[in-house]
Amino acid sequence: METTRRKLFGLAAFAPLASALMLGQEKSTATSMNSAVAPVLVPKMIPELAPGVTSSAFANHRPSLSPREQAHQRYFPDVTLLTHEGKKVNFYSDLIKGKVVTLNFMFADCQEICPLVTANLEKVQKLLGGRVGKDIFMYSFSLQGQDSPEKLRAYRKAYNIKPGWTFLTGDLNTMELLRRKLGFTYPDPKTDADKTQHIGNFRFGSEPLIMWETMPGMAEPRYLVEMISYVEAEHQGHPKGAREIFHSADPGKG
Amino acid sequence: MFYNVFGEKVSKTRFKEMVNAQKNRRELIGANQFNRRDLMKMGLLTGAGYLVAKNGLSGRAWGQTITPGPINQPASPPTRSFVTQMPIMPIRQPVAKLTPTPTVAPNTAAGEGRTKPHQALTVFPPQKFYQTVQQIAPIFVSPDLPLQQLYTFDGFSPGPTYVAHYREPILVRNFNRIPNGPQPSGFGVPSLTTHLHNSHTPSESDGNPCDFFNSGQFYDQHYPNQYAGVLSDHIAEGGDLNEAMSTLWYHDHMIGATAQNVYKGLAGFYFLFNDHDTGNEHTGFRLPSFPQYDIPMLFADRVFDQEGAMAFDLMNLDGILGDKFLTNGVVQPFFRVHPRKYRLRWLNTGISRFVQMFLTDPLNLNQDQIFFQICKDGNLLPQPIKVTSCTMGVAERADVIIDFSQYAGRSVFIENRLQQIDGRGPTDVVLPAGQGDSYVRIDVTLPHVDDDSADPEDTEFYDLPALEAPRISRTFHFDRLNGQWSINGIFMTCNDDGPTVRVRVGLNTAEHWVLSNLSGDWEHPIHIHFEEHRLLSRDRATPPPPERGRNDVTRVKHNNRNELFFRFRDFHGHYPMHCHNLIHEDHAMMLLWFIDPNGGDNNQLP
Repeated sequence: METTRRKLFGLAAFAPLASALMLGQEKSTATSMNSAVAPVLVPKMIPELAPGVTSSAFANHRPSLSPREQAHQRYFPDVTLLTHEGKKVNFYSDLIKGKVVTLNFMFADCQEICPLVTANLEKVQKLLGGRVGKDIFMYSFSLQGQDSPEKLRAYRKAYNIKPGWTFLTGDLNTMELLRRKLGFTYPDPKTDADKTQHIGNFRFGSEPLIMWETMPGMAEPRYLVEMISYVEAEHQGHPKGAREIFHSADPGKG
Repeated sequence: MFYNVFGEKVSKTRFKEMVNAQKNRRELIGANQFNRRDLMKMGLLTGAGYLVAKNGLSGRAWGQTITPGPINQPASPPTRSFVTQMPIMPIRQPVAKLTPTPTVAPNTAAGEGRTKPHQALTVFPPQKFYQTVQQIAPIFVSPDLPLQQLYTFDGFSPGPTYVAHYREPILVRNFNRIPNGPQPSGFGVPSLTTHLHNSHTPSESDGNPCDFFNSGQFYDQHYPNQYAGVLSDHIAEGGDLNEAMSTLWYHDHMIGATAQNVYKGLAGFYFLFNDHDTGNEHTGFRLPSFPQYDIPMLFADRVFDQEGAMAFDLMNLDGILGDKFLTNGVVQPFFRVHPRKYRLRWLNTGISRFVQMFLTDPLNLNQDQIFFQICKDGNLLPQPIKVTSCTMGVAERADVIIDFSQYAGRSVFIENRLQQIDGRGPTDVVLPAGQGDSYVRIDVTLPHVDDDSADPEDTEFYDLPALEAPRISRTFHFDRLNGQWSINGIFMTCNDDGPTVRVRVGLNTAEHWVLSNLSGDWEHPIHIHFEEHRLLSRDRATPPPPERGRNDVTRVKHNNRNELFFRFRDFHGHYPMHCHNLIHEDHAMMLLWFIDPNGGDNNQLP
């Protein structure tokens, strides 16, 4: 993939991914516009400090974790969940590590927002076609773990949800921890506790790229497909470039 | 086990620091008088520096990602206040020429990411050319924090300042040299679109969120630098002088990632001068001379994690509040001035916080200091207004004239006293002097110099452009349904072009827009691209003086009804309207509207 991309653009080649400290190094081909590009390795501006002030020791601190590891520890606990098929899985290592995924919360008896969002996402699944379950993995989480696997199976059947979109449940503490870590929260504690007000947003991203987007769960399916396709294109280092994917997503194709 | 707001474990020492900071704050609030000891505690007096978690005094939003552990705790490591000089961004220099030569049609073969032709390139041929490379570079923010790997313009964040002149069109070539892959500190998206807020720009050069360009590509942006009306109702005069703008800013606007990319450093100023706002205090309006006495101040609030790296909560839906206060990219700097009048150009880049900036005199805490506001959103008001503070939502600007001669030999602070504890909006509490957060300490310690700038009491600027009868009135209800932002119940999509465009306005017509906020306890700074609007009323009452001129951001509080007057002159194409709390914007509190040369539609509830 990387080679194709270089051939296609004929422009600068980028070094593969760096830690938080290193900058991408570039080899430019000799077009004059690329001569403008010299990576900046020392700060261009270091302001004067007040008399007698020197940098503290902490200014030399280097992060001990890679950005991906930081995100893992910050947002993605490796908690154990149950799929709608009754299988035990771990959230980080089994469900999202290395993948492009979509995430949202629901519960089967929800009368207000979930029917709308689930129906909308079912259209998204249809538009994504064969990519779901292969390149893109869809996950919905049962709020507070109130749904058993059987109930989730019935829910999926009712909405005609195809394979590749897994529904998950777990015990109350696990599901609440996951909900908070993933930010499906409301700032006011009272409203946050009200299930009917639960967040109807739809998150998707590439775990290795730490690229995460959130869209309304009710957004137009074609638009959601475009945004997911952008992330997927970045994830795969697509030679066409993410922008072309974004604007060429054809509503007619699966 | 001790935790910070991210749920990360912190050491016992660090936890004690955080708790002490909270204790300090409670004590200060409890105190009714400020003696020297208290002032020292607040860091309002110069001293040997203050290595306490004093800058963690303001609470962070409750609603941010939390896990078992204490909430509402400061997250950033301690930093000293007022130990770094405030940097002034360099002025951008033009290049002799661009290779390949800019073309009307997008130069796709050479790697240009633009998809539409320049509609006015031959009408207003560029007289100056600029190029900028957006790239990751190390940035100094504090002597107590490591160098930050930020997104920069040629190694600068904030980016260099453009100095432009009316009737001198320019073209800027933007290179995206941010590499693909995981980004430093795990946030930022390597596709970009650079928006010059609020310039009167053709759509394809406007930095529309949907018009992004990828890593490795470039994008030519044409800025005609013309007064509105130049191709329509003021052709003879070459545009309406009363539409002149002064202080603009540029920033990234990538769909779904604006907050990350702006937070990561992609912002800078763009000043427009003409025969009245000349930059020379001996001519025109005689505003303080640029650049010595005309100073940009870009305010931002940020969070740093326990490794000292700028941190962005990717899972936040409400608004991120920082507990570190940066001016021109540096944590709480000091700035030395001469004892004379200065023009300060204030810009709040948030990314979510609302601020109300006061001038705090530590020797006179009970007296609000008076100064003059001359611009709102970068537009000169009809005349200067005497104020004691300027309120700015994200993206709002205020140019002020402050006469520092009255403080000769001492220091004053630019202090935000507006209380805000979560991302939804400020509480309505204005804290007493000294209990807010100071963004800059100004030391009036430079020698006396001549001041030939005009007295703000005697000055007048432009007239307000005449209003006209609008063709149509439209209403936009901003609402939130289970965390999803909608406008009139419809959600944002980049597909709003061509046949599915949601709002079609007629080229060179005027409209009346009502912005109403149904989302309860949320406050939104709503920004509409392209032309400055007039705020006719807020809840059927006249707005306060600073908002009676030309605006490009209007604060819509809960249950507010704002009536706006707009024109759509000279250029066509798609433009957005969106909330400028960048977190809301990214979660799709936005819609696209379209200027159509063939006329507008009649949908009053688009």
